[in-house]
Amino acid sequence: MNSAPSSSSWLLRLCNAVILAGLVAGAVWGVVELLRPPVGKVSSEVGLPKAKLDDVLQAAQKVNADFEQTWAQKQMQPALKADDLTLVRRLSLALTGSIPSLQEIRALESVKDVDVAQWWLTQLFADRRASDYLAERLVRVYVGIENGPFLIYRRRRLVEWLSEALQKNRPYDQIARALIDSKGVWTTSPEVNFITVTNQMNNKGPDETKLAARVSRSFLGVQMDCVQCHDGKLGSTWKQTDFHKLAAYFGQTDFELTGLRDDPKQAYKFRYLGQTEEVVVSAMVPWKPELLPQKGGPRDRLARWVTAKENKAFARTLVNRMWALLFNRPLITPVDDIPLEGPFPAGMEALADDLIAHDFDLQRLIRVIVATRVFQQSSQSADAAHPVTDEMEKAWAAFPVTRLRPEQMAGSVIQASSLSTIDAETHVLLRIKRDLDVDNFVKRYGDSGEDTFDDAGGTIPQRLLLMNGNMITENTKNNPLVNASTRIGMLAPDNATAVEAAYLAVFTRRPTATEADHFANLLATAKNNNSRSNAMSDLYWTLMNATEFSWNH
Amino acid sequence: MNSSHDPHCGCNSRDHINRRSLLKGAAGITGLSWLTPLGDLLAVEAETALKGKPARSVILLWLGGAASQLDTFDPHPTTKIGGGVKTIPTAIKGVDFVTGLEQTASVMQDVSLIRSMVSKEGDHERAFYNIKTGYRPDPTLIHPSIGAIVCHELSEAKIEIPTHVSILPNQWPARGGFFGAQFDAFQMYDPKYPVPDVKARVEDKRMDRRLESLSVVERVFAQGRAPDMDQTKTLHQISMQRARSMMTSDQLKAFNVSDVPAKELAAYGDTPFGRGCLAAVRLIQAGVRCVEVTLNGWDTHANNFEGQATQVKILDAAYASLIRDLKRLGLLESTIVVCGGEFGRTPKINNVGGRDHRPHAFSMLVAGGGFAGGRVIGSTDPEGVKKEPEKPVFVEDLHATVQDLLGIDYSREVMTPIGRPMALSKGDVVEELKA
Repeated sequence: MNSAPSSSSWLLRLCNAVILAGLVAGAVWGVVELLRPPVGKVSSEVGLPKAKLDDVLQAAQKVNADFEQTWAQKQMQPALKADDLTLVRRLSLALTGSIPSLQEIRALESVKDVDVAQWWLTQLFADRRASDYLAERLVRVYVGIENGPFLIYRRRRLVEWLSEALQKNRPYDQIARALIDSKGVWTTSPEVNFITVTNQMNNKGPDETKLAARVSRSFLGVQMDCVQCHDGKLGSTWKQTDFHKLAAYFGQTDFELTGLRDDPKQAYKFRYLGQTEEVVVSAMVPWKPELLPQKGGPRDRLARWVTAKENKAFARTLVNRMWALLFNRPLITPVDDIPLEGPFPAGMEALADDLIAHDFDLQRLIRVIVATRVFQQSSQSADAAHPVTDEMEKAWAAFPVTRLRPEQMAGSVIQASSLSTIDAETHVLLRIKRDLDVDNFVKRYGDSGEDTFDDAGGTIPQRLLLMNGNMITENTKNNPLVNASTRIGMLAPDNATAVEAAYLAVFTRRPTATEADHFANLLATAKNNNSRSNAMSDLYWTLMNATEFSWNH
Repeated sequence: MNSSHDPHCGCNSRDHINRRSLLKGAAGITGLSWLTPLGDLLAVEAETALKGKPARSVILLWLGGAASQLDTFDPHPTTKIGGGVKTIPTAIKGVDFVTGLEQTASVMQDVSLIRSMVSKEGDHERAFYNIKTGYRPDPTLIHPSIGAIVCHELSEAKIEIPTHVSILPNQWPARGGFFGAQFDAFQMYDPKYPVPDVKARVEDKRMDRRLESLSVVERVFAQGRAPDMDQTKTLHQISMQRARSMMTSDQLKAFNVSDVPAKELAAYGDTPFGRGCLAAVRLIQAGVRCVEVTLNGWDTHANNFEGQATQVKILDAAYASLIRDLKRLGLLESTIVVCGGEFGRTPKINNVGGRDHRPHAFSMLVAGGGFAGGRVIGSTDPEGVKKEPEKPVFVEDLHATVQDLLGIDYSREVMTPIGRPMALSKGDVVEELKA
């Protein structure tokens, strides 16, 4: 005789049913996440009216013509066009500091009949990750990476302010003017931090020489601080007076309780080399004084002179910086040392003219650079007998292979270890963990400091960190709840799909036949779930330790 | 270039055996018991240090933040700039140090003191660049630090661990500069703890499988690219091979002082800096070319006297023990030891009891590797009025002297990446400092 089930066993069955349903739903969702584009996230909208897009492509053609002429002169055969996934990887690294997620790759593979690079730019320009990352890179240029003076400097606020401005695509000349001529309190007027970071001890106020150096390097591409102590040497025509007259524009800048302001009673004084006395230095710009406005405060006049359309150094500096950001290598090296009168390399003048003609529209500048043949070409030669050479890279006849920055490495490891995109919609705790992981990794890997673009090779500590460090180990180990490597192994319907998904997640490309066979065979030898998970972990470890992962290509 | 000096010559020779025996014997006699279990391992490189040969390694002890010369090695206790410090005599007749430096004072017969170092940089970052490279910062290129020059110029030390090491680095560790990142210093922190990331996370068989897979992936990436890309550009696989060698090397033990008896650790002060100095000796024994150890905390814009005295105590035990141990091990004659800050501090005491930055007339200690012991170069104005010291030694002169003692042609010009030839050092050798 059957007895009625007790209430506790009903409860147990209910719990089991809920857990089972959860697992089934999780598995189904996981498979969808792995193989299908995310519903509702896909839009084929390029984001630019056709006329504007055509205009961008036309501007890129002018740049192409410059380079094609150079290649013809050098009798160089440029590399072929890279595939769309490679372009998307380059763009994500440059603009978000991380590779695209598998979720994003599935999304972009589902859109049809679009210029993929331009489409991807539209997605990125709407993504707070991009404006945050770009703002951080630019703030490094403006104020470096140090914490600066206690209480009166808020670096984080400056980054947020700039990110907001970039998100709105505020014209870059307005951004520069706001920084140079900022007033108010460093918390409510974050742009003021451009000045307060230079504050000196003993109530001396902002450091005029540091500000002159920052302005000349960041916005004009001129290293005038080299003549701070003496007139220029080794062919430089700058005079010590040029630098200090520029510094004098900040001579009235001071702090008071209400924040940063200009005090007309103050003046910049300096003792020149060979002189015994300090003298009051009158402010004057080092070139094109005719562009200097007659009216306004000293910093306001300087800001308007710096950003004047006729002062082309400003546009060239931004072109060089954005080019460097997108290629990891500037058109002119060092990135902040551009000759005023040339000669200029291919592409520079065409891009600077276009930037000026379009009112310093930063997003357009990025679109034009990305539309060029140079950005879109492969870093590899299709002809094995004629591989890409260093000379080809120098002439931009192939996309240059450059080492990823530490934060790009860390961001890529974390992103590749997650099937879904880690962005503003990710749970706040996961984002905090991501930020902490990135910070720790960067400290160990070696921060590049201010936004430099050196060609340094890999080092032993970096290899040790990648081979044995916590970040790779934790992100690739057997963890079915979090780690992509385990989840792909569990959810992929077959070994070939698992290998392909791992390659897409880590390398943003599909495996070659040799690679696919190699790893599929390794997965096939797995005898149980644990060894399969280990094989997937090994696959992830291998890809993350490869040159291809550490170098932009 | 010191091409004639092969660090491995005589590895199986009679000389080798004798010297090794000597080292082990010395360890037993002098209480260096930490050496004995590692003797065979660590003493390999030490065997070739023969008298009369150029130095072959360098230890740099950086007093980060800038030690005050007036409160360490160049006190003027009876004048108004002296700050009321007390002094003690040293092993050099007529030369006094501040109290707290008793142990250092006792080894000064093996050390020379420069009291007239002159730098042109008064900002920490720029001054560190200057003191480490011998050049002032130049926006167009990064100069190699002294350790990178040593590793680049001397014959390669055939060891399995990095030949350029920075212990307790501050934010400006030694760099390879235009010689390349492969000459950057390997950075490590308190040697009480194991070197991070040197232990494989999987067993050997699985690691081998991973590396085999890696070669499959690397072959694909190499297609259509320059065959020498790894050697000339990425250094990826090269650095990975070196990292792998390091992971399995017994020489790793030289980095870690956790096996050293407490009594001997105590001799160095048992502080992170003291342990760093002890590790430096072990690394030099193992064949490392250059070790820098940093002791920060000297930037005393306020409470100068208390701050300097605290750091002096840490420095004293560590420095004196390092010199003593190098000497006992027979390594001092082949190892240059430089100790000092990036600049000095002002004679004027500010209104919060601090001393500010002063790049003129600061002090440095130099010893070993062909430097004379017991000499003093230069002097400063006891009243602090005269800015320039007597017999100034410029930062670049110190670099030239160190390189000269290492047998490096310091005036040799190398082509930099910006196409500008540049001498390894633009200074002049200070002959007076040489033995």
